[in-house]
Amino acid sequence: MRGTLMRTVRLGVGSLMLHKLRSMLTTLGVLFGVSSVIAMLAIGEGASKKAQDQIRALGSQNVILRSIKPREDFATGGQATRVVSYGLLNDDLARVEKTFPGVRRVVPVREIPLEVRNQDRALNPRVMSTLPIYRDVTGRVVSEGRFLSDSDEQAVANVCVLSDEVARYLYPFQSPIGEKVKIGADYYVVVGTTLSRKRLGSDPAMAGEVSAAEVFIPLETGRKWYGDLQVKIRAGSREMEEVQLHEIVIEVAAAENVPMVAAAAREMLSRNHRQRDYEIVVPLELLLQAEETKRTFNIVLGSIASISLLVGGIGIMNVMLATVTERTREIGIRRALGAKRRHIVTQFLVETVVLSVGGGVLGVILGLVIPQYVEYAYDMPTIVTPLNPLIAFGISVGIGIVFGLYPAWRAANMDPVEALRHE
Amino acid sequence: MSSRPLVHTAAEPVADLEHVSRVYRMGQTDVRALDDFSFTFRQGEYWAVMGSSGSGKSTLLNILGCLDRPNSGTYRVRGEDTQGLSDDDLSELRSRHLGFVFQNYNLLPQLNVLENILVPIFYQDVPPPGIEERAKELARRVGLGTRLEHRPTELSGGQQQRVAIARALINDPALILADEATGNLDSTTAQEILALLDELHAEGKTIVLVTHEPEVGKRAQHLLRLKDGRIEEVRHNRAPSGGPSSSNTAGTGGAG
Repeated sequence: MRGTLMRTVRLGVGSLMLHKLRSMLTTLGVLFGVSSVIAMLAIGEGASKKAQDQIRALGSQNVILRSIKPREDFATGGQATRVVSYGLLNDDLARVEKTFPGVRRVVPVREIPLEVRNQDRALNPRVMSTLPIYRDVTGRVVSEGRFLSDSDEQAVANVCVLSDEVARYLYPFQSPIGEKVKIGADYYVVVGTTLSRKRLGSDPAMAGEVSAAEVFIPLETGRKWYGDLQVKIRAGSREMEEVQLHEIVIEVAAAENVPMVAAAAREMLSRNHRQRDYEIVVPLELLLQAEETKRTFNIVLGSIASISLLVGGIGIMNVMLATVTERTREIGIRRALGAKRRHIVTQFLVETVVLSVGGGVLGVILGLVIPQYVEYAYDMPTIVTPLNPLIAFGISVGIGIVFGLYPAWRAANMDPVEALRHE
Repeated sequence: MSSRPLVHTAAEPVADLEHVSRVYRMGQTDVRALDDFSFTFRQGEYWAVMGSSGSGKSTLLNILGCLDRPNSGTYRVRGEDTQGLSDDDLSELRSRHLGFVFQNYNLLPQLNVLENILVPIFYQDVPPPGIEERAKELARRVGLGTRLEHRPTELSGGQQQRVAIARALINDPALILADEATGNLDSTTAQEILALLDELHAEGKTIVLVTHEPEVGKRAQHLLRLKDGRIEEVRHNRAPSGGPSSSNTAGTGGAG
């Protein structure tokens, strides 16, 4: 029986080889269908993995409160100097620390708009004054030296930690540790560097686009030297901003309490702030959102892919129907020489499956190459799950069988006498 | 040589038709291609079937070849009634007991000579042992032993027909059915093919050859002439297998 099948396959390949160009063109539909399925899934998987990694890096047990500048304040320009006061308050921090249940640690962050300079090399990174536990809570990784320490905090020391990006720019040819860097008007000793981290907003699509030039100084040092009032000079007018805290990172003790803490934070902030001058980022929610997005994405991709596979299948069926008509005489001959109906069915089914599997194999190869190219050319991560090529391959076999059945059935049910008479 | 009896009574019946009718519906009218037709082809006989177009000779051949079924009457192959047989059974019967030779050879273009000869075996569930050797032997027999790997398109018409005859012999059939086997060949080649058929007859094969060429008809052992689905004439030529002394009439093609 296996020998017969092998012979049938060889025979089918032989018949297909009689019309090489036609057979090749026929496989193209399945080829592109299968390769686009694999490639799209790989790119989608890579993109969502990247987004999820970023979200996870924020700490899936964290709830992040951020100050944002309310929009309507821009309208009332005209005065040369005015003070805009918005954002998270020290009171908010105190409430979180004292009243929120299930909270393990709370870290406040202040951002100070200062230039960071080493001789003639200058940058405007996020200068953040924060507590030493910031590193733990947000999972920052120290690449050299150390992070801020409690004694820095107590001593109100002029020390700072640079992110790698800043360090590389300011000290391109040397280690920045122990160097004195000028932040604003003051000099700070660099005690360590951290691995760069992309910043994440509440919009997952924008995640990863804001690159992270960060400088950390002790919270007390920032408060002592720069206060709450910040001066921004913009287009001829000086604008003063008063922001007490730019960010509060709440670390929740147990992951299942994150939604509860997030809800409490929302409730608290909406009650105590007259305007919406804050945002709440919940990485866990973003993670769920990202998974939901990925699922939608997969459904859309799957639909597109199945349409192209369907079109490919119809193309194969079309060609096979033409082939059956064209080979009516051959069918008559084979029937006269003793072929049963099932032999004819098998013969044409095998040919269809060979076509679609040929397209499927080439499609899998192409589908594995495209992600490599995308990774190389566009610097996008792609992930080929081993299951995907297998599924795509299986689908192409299925297409061959489904779309081959009808032509094969037509061939098998021809009247041998009529078929033999066919010119 | 042909020492068969003149009257077909002694030998085993190979194909036995009893009151066979085959009616085709053509629009409003019924056409009786075979009309209450009874005849017996016996082991070792060589029959030429002649008749004008529409006489029913093609229908007879189709029924003999189990490609078509009679509307009424019985047809037995080696004593087995074909009436109750399924489509698959008929295929099986064709593959085991019948050999076909067609006017236009009907070789499969994608197969070489050896594979073409083996096609009937391909459809038997258990191929007989040593069948490839037998196929090569048959190819040698018809003078194509050195062309086993050739495709039909690389062969002349006469060579293709000889492959077709080898193919018809591969299953050692009870009955060889030849439909205008020389119709597409020039006279010299046609003579070669007829000589080959004579040889097979001499070996005891049962042959039914449909033709419209009188020369070919004369050459067979017996002649059966049909008209309007009935037997018009039965003649026993008793032609020696060396071939008739008649002139070589060029065979012009034509449908039967």
